[in-house]
Formats: sequence, C-alpha cells, structure tokens
Amino acid sequence: MTIKVRTARASRGLRGRFVEGVAAERLIGVASPILLLALWEGAGRVGVLDARFFPAPSAIAGTFVDLMRSGELVEHTWTSLGRILIGFTLGAVPGLVIGIAMGLSRLVRAAFKPVVGALYPVPKTAIFPLLLLVFGIGEPSKYAIVAIGVFFLVLLNTMAGVLGIEPVYLDVGRNFGAGRLQVFRTIALPGALPLVFTGIRLAWGNALILIVVAEILAARSGIGYFIQNSYQTFQVEKMYAGLLVISFIGYVSFLLLDELERWLIPWKAGRTG
Amino acid sequence: MSGDRVVTRHLGMRFPLRGRELVALEDVNLRMADQEFCCIVGPSGCGKTTFLRILAGLERQTAGELHLEVTDPARPLSAMVFQEQSVFPWMTVEENVGYGLRMRGVHATVRRGVVAHYLEKVGLTQFAKAYPYQLSGGMKQRASVARAFATAPQILLMDEPFAAVDEQTRALLQEELLRVWESDRKTVVYITHSIDEALVLGDRVLVMSARPGHIKAEIPVTLPRPRSVYELKSTPEFAELVAKVWEPLRQEVLGSFSAMARAS
Repeated sequence: MTIKVRTARASRGLRGRFVEGVAAERLIGVASPILLLALWEGAGRVGVLDARFFPAPSAIAGTFVDLMRSGELVEHTWTSLGRILIGFTLGAVPGLVIGIAMGLSRLVRAAFKPVVGALYPVPKTAIFPLLLLVFGIGEPSKYAIVAIGVFFLVLLNTMAGVLGIEPVYLDVGRNFGAGRLQVFRTIALPGALPLVFTGIRLAWGNALILIVVAEILAARSGIGYFIQNSYQTFQVEKMYAGLLVISFIGYVSFLLLDELERWLIPWKAGRTG
Repeated sequence: MSGDRVVTRHLGMRFPLRGRELVALEDVNLRMADQEFCCIVGPSGCGKTTFLRILAGLERQTAGELHLEVTDPARPLSAMVFQEQSVFPWMTVEENVGYGLRMRGVHATVRRGVVAHYLEKVGLTQFAKAYPYQLSGGMKQRASVARAFATAPQILLMDEPFAAVDEQTRALLQEELLRVWESDRKTVVYITHSIDEALVLGDRVLVMSARPGHIKAEIPVTLPRPRSVYELKSTPEFAELVAKVWEPLRQEVLGSFSAMARAS
C-alpha cells in the first residue's frame, strides 16, 4: 500500500499565488480584446472577411478620427444625450413619486396597479408610431418614448423597494415618535433606495436603446439617425463609428452610475474598496 | 399616587384571523412599580409580544384599561428594543443611537453628547461611524439598546432582545444591560423565553399562560444586586427559583403543545 503525501509548495505562499492570479486576470482582460482586433484586422487584409461589411479596425479608426475632427459625430452624440437626459428626467421623477405613493398606500396601489400592469408589458417601440402621431416628428416624440420606457421601470422598482422595507423599521419610527414626513424621509426613502437605484440602472439602459430606435425610425439628427443615414448612403465605416460611440456612452454611463451608487448608498454591504 | 408606573386592568386583545377571532390576551392584570425590572416568560405564541406592543403604543387593546404614569412630559413614555435586527442599515451606529433624540427635535450638539455617552456605555465608541453591515449581531443589539436608553424613556420595553445571539455573547450583553440599568434605573418590561435570563435580570418574573395569554403566576426574585450572571447561576437560591418558575410554566408549554396539535 502506498500513501500519497502532498506537501505544500515551498516557493510561493498563498498570498503570492493570489497576487499572481490577479495580475494574470488583468493581463488577459487587456489582451483578449487586442487579440480579437488583431485577428479582425488580419482577416480583413487576407480577404477572409468581406471588407464591404466588416471594414478593418484601422479603417474604422481613421473614419472615427475624421468624424471627430469635423465635429459631425460629436454633434449627433450631444443631440442624443440631450434627448436621453430630458426624457429620462420626465419619466424618472413621476415614476419615483408614484412608485413611493404606491408602496406606502394600499389605496393608491389599488388605483394604479391594473393600469400599470396592462401598459408595462407593451413594447415601447410598438407605441412609437402613435407617439409620432400625437407629438409629431420633432423632439417631443423622442422625449416621450424615453420617458415612458423609464417611467415604468423606475415606478415598479421603487414600489417594490418601499414594499420590501422590513415592518420593524416602521415600528421603530413610530415608537420613537417619527411623524409622517419623518417616516418618509428617514425610513421609506433610504429603505427603498437600493431598489430604486436598480430601477434607475435598468431604465438608463432602456433609454439608450429607445433613443437609438426612435432616431433610426424618425429623426433628422442624433446617433441613431447617423447610423441610419450611413446605412442609406452605404458608408459602412461610419456605421461602425456610430456603434463605437453608443458602446462608449453605455460604458461610461454605467461607470458613472456605479460611482453615484457608491456615493448615494454607502451602507450597502459586500462592497470591496 | 400609588407609585405604580404601569397598571393594566382586565386588558384584552382580539384579532380577526381568517374569518375567526383570535383571542391573544385576556384579562391581563398587572402592576409595575417605578424602576422595577419585570420579566415576562411564557410559551411561544402566548401574546407576550402583543402585550409589549400595546405598552409601546404600537397596538391598541380591544378590552380593559392601560395606565402609564407620566412623571416627566419632556421625556418619551417608552422606548422599545426589538427582537429582530432593528437598527437602520442606512444609518451609521451614531445616527442610529441618536435617532430617537432627532425625532424629538433635540439639538444636534446636545444629541452628540448623549450619543457619545451611551456609545461608551455599550462599548461601541470605536464603531460610531460604522454602518450596521460592518457589525456583528451582538453589536447591533448593543446599538439598539443604546438607542432606547438615549431617549431617556420612562419605561423601557424589551422584546427578547438577545434571543438571536450566541450564548457567550448573550451573557455579556446581559451583564452590560444590568450595568447600564443600575446606573440609569428605569421601569423595564423584558420579554424572554429563557427562565435563566428572566431570573438573572428581573426583580420579578411573571409567567404568562398559553393563549389567550394572561398572568398566571408571579415570582419575586430576591437575589441581591448588583448581580454577576455566571456567579449567580451557580447558587442554590438560583436553582430554587428556576424550579419555582418552571412549575407553572411547564403546564402552559404542555398546554400550548396540545393546542397546536388540535389546530393542525
């Protein structure tokens, strides 16, 4: 009979191995997209990829720089961002207010729930033609579609947040003599905040999608229009440049949202750093 | 003026429950002297918590009378320490302890002093700026106790506050509570399912019956103060008192078992 004995590796401690793992992770994280781009570039040059549909990354980068220099792409980007921000505010504020009211009052909940339940599942893009009829082809129809998409997500998450507050916290408030407004400010609002924030995060992602769709369908400016226009004139590199901008907006805005969450909800557990 | 802080007469409580009526409390008669530490033990579901919630003003009894004597209108009548995790996760320890004072509109500078005093008493000074997620269960309950003491209530209501912590921590928390209470005496109503805990802490132990709950027996605890939790438990007097409380309680626990069996 043999007995297998495993001895610890002497050279590197647990800590050493951990640091090594982290460094490797970082390296892979940087290397994998670079490798992918290199493959793409190579495949384009060799002719494996049809450069008409998949222009080489270097060509896209060149177009991107030109577009930034001329200011064309920047202007469209600001137009879209402006629409998102206005539409988002128009949807999020009432969503927050009604969501809290629905969470706190059984009556308000009973009044709004069937309407919300019936309207929420309708794809917002499906009502865009109707919005065009009502608001015309100008800016208001863009604000409206973003606002509607944002409204439901913020409302539902806020309501769930308020309903999810442990009853004992409300008892504590009453026991220590908190008035209605104080209960709202010191318990309902902070208690619901983590879920409210989830709603805002989802709503922001939704707003990005909706504005691009709306601009592709009916607009004379904005990043969605820019992509659609490039498609119609068959300027494929410009389409890619537009996609690049959207991806960048998404990435940066979620970093900002993370930062905002850290600042607004410092009590959230399980956070590193 | 009888010097009684709390008096209940024929207090009763009924709840509607699935079309029927649940009698939680019936004919609860009780007198508690000022600064008395009173422990209530009883089988699960006997209405102890309901009774405490009525004292706290969180529920209104459906029968009988409740008198709470107000000697100082500037101080709140009661403050409660809840059984479960009840410190607000979104406030720091310091903000939690000062919550009751803030709700009473006490000025921030005054508040800071009081909060610091009670944080020191429960040993949480270092954790003043910490959020509850950074604390252990026992530390959270310390914060909860400090929060209740900070408002200087005339009656302190405690609903199994240390039930969820491990035994060693519980013993420590009991000693701490006794120490804080000795230096800052007030009327305490303390609910527990532990006979030991009731005897260690209380001046008197009330045994509540199975539902509908009423006071079935009362045992004065003659053990001298100040008390030390571990030393106390090894004395023959303590063992004798345990037997005295267990006697009436045993029947009620058995009774609540058979009631449960009937219901299921």
